[in-house]
Amino acid sequence: MDGLSLETVAGWGRHPVCRAAVARPERLRLPRAGRVLPRGLGRSYGDAAVPASAQSLVLETVRADRILAFEPSTGALTCEAGLSLAEILRVFVPRGWFTPVSPGTKFVTVGGCVASDVHGKNHHRDGSFGGFVGRLVIETADGRLVECGPDRERELFLATVGGMGLTGLITEATIRLKPIETPWMFVETEPAAGLTEMLDRLRHAGKDWPYTVGWIDCLATGSGLGRGIVIRGRHASRGEAPGVPPRENTPRAVPFDGPAWLLSPALMRAFNTAYYRIQCRRTGGRLVSHDAFFYPLDSLRDWNRLYGRHGFLQYQCVVPRAAGAPVLSELLDRLSRAGAASFLAVIKDFGPESDAYLSFPLEGTTLALDLPYRGPATEDLVHLLNATVIRAGGRIYLAKDAATRREDFERMVPRLPEWRRVRDRWDPEHRFGSALSARLLGDES
Amino acid sequence: MKAVMVGATRGMGRALARLLAGRGDALALLGRDPNELLTSSRDLVARGASGPVPTGHLDLAEPAGFEAALDAADRALGSFDALIVTGGDFAPQETLERDTARLARLLEVNFTGTVVLCQQTAERLARRGGGTICAFSSVAGDRARRGNYLYGASKAGLSAYLDGLGLAYADRGVRVVSVRPGFVKTAMTVGLPVPPFAGEPESVARVVLRALDRGKPVVYAPPIWRWVMLVIRLLPRAVMRRARF
Ligand SMILES: Cc1cc2nc3c(=O)[nH]c(=O)nc-3n(C[C@H](O)[C@H](O)[C@H](O)COP(=O)(O)OP(=O)(O)OC[C@H]3O[C@@H](n4cnc5c(N)ncnc54)[C@H](O)[C@@H]3O)c2cc1C
Repeated sequence: MDGLSLETVAGWGRHPVCRAAVARPERLRLPRAGRVLPRGLGRSYGDAAVPASAQSLVLETVRADRILAFEPSTGALTCEAGLSLAEILRVFVPRGWFTPVSPGTKFVTVGGCVASDVHGKNHHRDGSFGGFVGRLVIETADGRLVECGPDRERELFLATVGGMGLTGLITEATIRLKPIETPWMFVETEPAAGLTEMLDRLRHAGKDWPYTVGWIDCLATGSGLGRGIVIRGRHASRGEAPGVPPRENTPRAVPFDGPAWLLSPALMRAFNTAYYRIQCRRTGGRLVSHDAFFYPLDSLRDWNRLYGRHGFLQYQCVVPRAAGAPVLSELLDRLSRAGAASFLAVIKDFGPESDAYLSFPLEGTTLALDLPYRGPATEDLVHLLNATVIRAGGRIYLAKDAATRREDFERMVPRLPEWRRVRDRWDPEHRFGSALSARLLGDES
Repeated sequence: MKAVMVGATRGMGRALARLLAGRGDALALLGRDPNELLTSSRDLVARGASGPVPTGHLDLAEPAGFEAALDAADRALGSFDALIVTGGDFAPQETLERDTARLARLLEVNFTGTVVLCQQTAERLARRGGGTICAFSSVAGDRARRGNYLYGASKAGLSAYLDGLGLAYADRGVRVVSVRPGFVKTAMTVGLPVPPFAGEPESVARVVLRALDRGKPVVYAPPIWRWVMLVIRLLPRAVMRRARF
């Protein structure tokens, strides 16, 4: 007798929104008929977890979060799809296990991580989330429970990993956790004075370090364009870490929507410069908790409210290694010329792409920017950035997008026709759909 | 603690069972749906419950089966020392007004069945020197309101019973914890308008666990409801009627 409630549904960027019926059952099961959209913790920024219209039922998985098995000899964890990475870490870090891939927040579900094929700071070495998935159970559009994985129903598996919830409802997953010696991280930071230095340092750090990421002050221009900080880390060994676990921090909440002045270019510039200066002084190694290393933003709950009630877009693209510095500086240049301030520009080296048809990562460099949403001007900027990315042979990350045009998307994803074929086979009537699939695939809403 | 739980597959019961498992308690799950019981059992084992988590059939609407279920739990856990009943029935007032068969079942589950189960367990625990009985009633049993007095009546009866049981068995070592949750956001309450002070199952579970450990006879969860209900209990009937409470 699980009920429904009528709710306003949005992604983490709070744009766009749609009012629709939401079910939040303790046991995942598709309704017999009608359109559905699976949704986890809603941490995708754009419209991937937003329904295209009120006709669609949003099926939130967060209460289906049971652990079904754990195999200590291999680290294989079987769970319901709504289990969050936060919960996995809470239960398994004390036992010496860590999630194989972590996005920048732990408040994501296993289902959401599979559907977006998320990547972390270790992509250059370990690849994306899908590479650690051994088996999925999927309820397909016709109500069948289908098991798939790298070795069975492989096409369905490759279409579901990175498939943004459009091939079926993932109900169960088996993923491989990785062993760690301590709950501490050993971290080093070093400054980079400009873009070429940044790219060099990232590459260089990637040879020895499992986790690397760069932070760019995207308001710096001219010779300082692309200046920033390179952060590299690894799980600390038993010998170098304290015997006690790090103190847990209680997240503070943002009590109200941010006022417009918070996003003024002057303030952003001051913030970015201050951050850069502080980080420049903090070179050398130090021990930090994994929360502080992987999830700095989680310490401020609901931080998306800082962007005010119009919300924001996040723009994340990847460009192949060969395209390199010129394309990246063109992107940063376009951004600063548009005056679209960004708190956060994150840059990262990616390793080889996976076999999953719609998986985002591609060998090369990825750049992620926050863009406060200012209506058509912001969307135009996205189209402009996309043009550069397409020319370079790159693509954008669907888990963050809300503005890319269909024709641009088609030019970015050569394997799209293959994916469409598999999707049509398992969901010929397109029962599974989102605002994203209406926008980028032409699904009717 | 070696606890037998009824209703631990869902909502507040699920959250409470996880806390108990997390600190290494031994658990047995009783309920109606064998698949759900098995899934929750696996979850609790993975989260650290001591030993396997056995499951068994129990329907609160069928008191004839209680003794056998309790015997089985005793065998599986080696003499349990706590019973926790979070299971119960709920339906909106309009449904219960229209459908008296549905109403009869709700009264049966929430009152008759739960009382009989607690009574049998209290005897069992008293015979071996004591233990804990914890059952979830509701703030709806504290004062009748026009909008939910049928459900409220089943819980009012249960609250009165648990109060008495605590008094009667205290000398024989049986502690009784009566939990009165306010509105909690679980699958049971989806679709209902969410009132102020609504709680999450996890925070309710933490409050209940503390009360379990201390043997507190009456717990409101979230705790603010203790004060809310104090005020509501004091409201004169005429005000209740005029305010269409
Ligand atoms: C602060 C922050 C930092 C981030 N950093 C990174 C990062 O470093 N790397 C990265 O890759 N991503 C990152 N992300 C994005 C985030 O990891 C992804 O959007 C992730 O998919 C969100 O998971 P979710 O459970 O919230 O899914 P939702 O946002 O709820 O859903 C995402 C997609 O998954 C589908 N889905 C969810 N559950 C199921 C299911 N059970 N079956 C089928 N489909 C399902 C939905 O339909 C939707 O298409 C970040 C997000 C935030 C807010």
